[in-house]
Amino acid sequence: MGWPGVEAQHKFGWWHAHRYLLLRRLSQLSVIGLFLLGPLTGVWLIKGSLSSSLLLDTIPMTDPLLMAQLLAAGQWPLAEAFIGTAVVIGLYALLGGRVFCSWVCPVNVVTDAAHWLHRKLGLKGRLHLARSSRLWLLGAVLLTALFVGQPAWEWLNPVSLASRLLIFGLYGGLLALLLLGLFDLLLMRRGWCGHLCPLGALYGELGRVAPLRVGTPNRAACNDCMECFEVCPEPQVIRPALKGEGPRVAILDGHCTNCGRCIDVCSQHVFAFGGRTAVASEALKNLKRPEGE
Amino acid sequence: MSNRRQFIQQLAGSALGVGLVGGVLGLIARQGAALPPHALRPPGALDEAQFTAACVRCGLCVRDCPYAILKLADWLDGPAPGTPFFTARSGPCEMCEDIPCVPACPTGALDPSLTEIDNARMGLAVLIDQETCLNALGLRCDVCYRVCPAIDQAITLELSHNQRTGRHTVFMPTVHSDHCTGCGKCEHACVLDTAAIKVLPIQLAKGELGAHYRLGWEEKERAGGALVAPDREHQFNLPEGKGYDYYGPGLVDEPGSTTDDTPFGANPLETLRRGIGGGGE
Repeated sequence: MGWPGVEAQHKFGWWHAHRYLLLRRLSQLSVIGLFLLGPLTGVWLIKGSLSSSLLLDTIPMTDPLLMAQLLAAGQWPLAEAFIGTAVVIGLYALLGGRVFCSWVCPVNVVTDAAHWLHRKLGLKGRLHLARSSRLWLLGAVLLTALFVGQPAWEWLNPVSLASRLLIFGLYGGLLALLLLGLFDLLLMRRGWCGHLCPLGALYGELGRVAPLRVGTPNRAACNDCMECFEVCPEPQVIRPALKGEGPRVAILDGHCTNCGRCIDVCSQHVFAFGGRTAVASEALKNLKRPEGE
Repeated sequence: MSNRRQFIQQLAGSALGVGLVGGVLGLIARQGAALPPHALRPPGALDEAQFTAACVRCGLCVRDCPYAILKLADWLDGPAPGTPFFTARSGPCEMCEDIPCVPACPTGALDPSLTEIDNARMGLAVLIDQETCLNALGLRCDVCYRVCPAIDQAITLELSHNQRTGRHTVFMPTVHSDHCTGCGKCEHACVLDTAAIKVLPIQLAKGELGAHYRLGWEEKERAGGALVAPDREHQFNLPEGKGYDYYGPGLVDEPGSTTDDTPFGANPLETLRRGIGGGGE
């Protein structure tokens, strides 16, 4: 197997083989850019940071993990924080929980880069952890908040630190991202985002209900090149949809980040965005044929 | 069997991991919960422990501070990372009348019931070094007193005798906690290279009487009279015709007495003749 996406690039061109990747980077950059627009130009579209923000001076958005920690720590915040949390939960329940991870979170840029370099250098991770470790870490984060009465995770949370690094210029985040990048590069492939991040774990649970899903409508054309597995940050989510029986083809696992990288690299157009109930295209044809006759 | 062993091993490993992570997090949070003395919280901030528990570290208050004195704490700044603070010496709170940082807070870590900035208690000013304060040295600097937004209430000048010159007055800047908002303007304005007056977090600066303490004079005023046996005039063992004035010149003549009322006559020779022991009789 060559470098993933090369064949797709040959067949469909460079843009086609990188479009979701580039759109994601644009999205991640825009989110931070919008936060910086206010302080830099005085035009305030969104204010605050990824922890909690105010959109157009009216719509609050609050990080659900922070909210969970606050409640576990025995706090009862103002209504604004509850509304903000509901807005975020509603948004990602529609788009796919871990859309945050792949389209918004700045840490993703670092861990993707680490993964790219990891592959380029042909490194092997030494550490092995179950992907369910993130749920345990999520539990630890909430239990600590409960026992200490403080959102203790916020002393270390790389997502918050990265957000404050980029939006408020606090350099502590730089160290956190560097350590995280090195961890992913040297110790564990896709270590942080794929195995440990408690925020990702929380959004993964939201993904279980999201209507927007990547699916494999054209899975009959799959030539088993394995490139999708290679680029996927959560490769375990693909198999049930790609190799499953029955007409349903959507990736239902909540941990699919809807990043669309599999759509980019597939030279057979197997993947596409669709709904939870998307069906294979050949099944669709079978359905349509009787109508035509 | 091996499946069950694996399962138990995994479970034990995960539980250990959770315990370890929780323990480390807890330690960090405990260690980091102490607010360093130079860091002041924005107006309306809850008690420090409650504040760090309720703050989502979003920076909305920082963005809404029109004078940009608020800052989110970086890892090494001291306060819990991501929480807002300001440093009086480099930029004090400007005491906006509409207090925009408070309604910006989405969680209530900055208490929305604070609507009057004079009721804010961000810290407490303390004239911490009376050896370098120019006023304490007998000069007339007065800068902290002049810049205080609650002049003559939060800081007053208390007059006392200048012992060094013997003929001047010391105008001692004196902070009163019932009016000091802890805005930090006095510390910011102090003309010394290092401020002699500093605003400290209240829990550091303020003493507290024992709950059972009662101040006699306050109780007396409240009750409209002495609560214990009434004060008795002190009886001095003084020569006849003499009195003692506590608050004034000390030994005084009782009104109406004659000044020559001593055991000794006006004529010293008479005394000599009489002899010291009075044996001349």
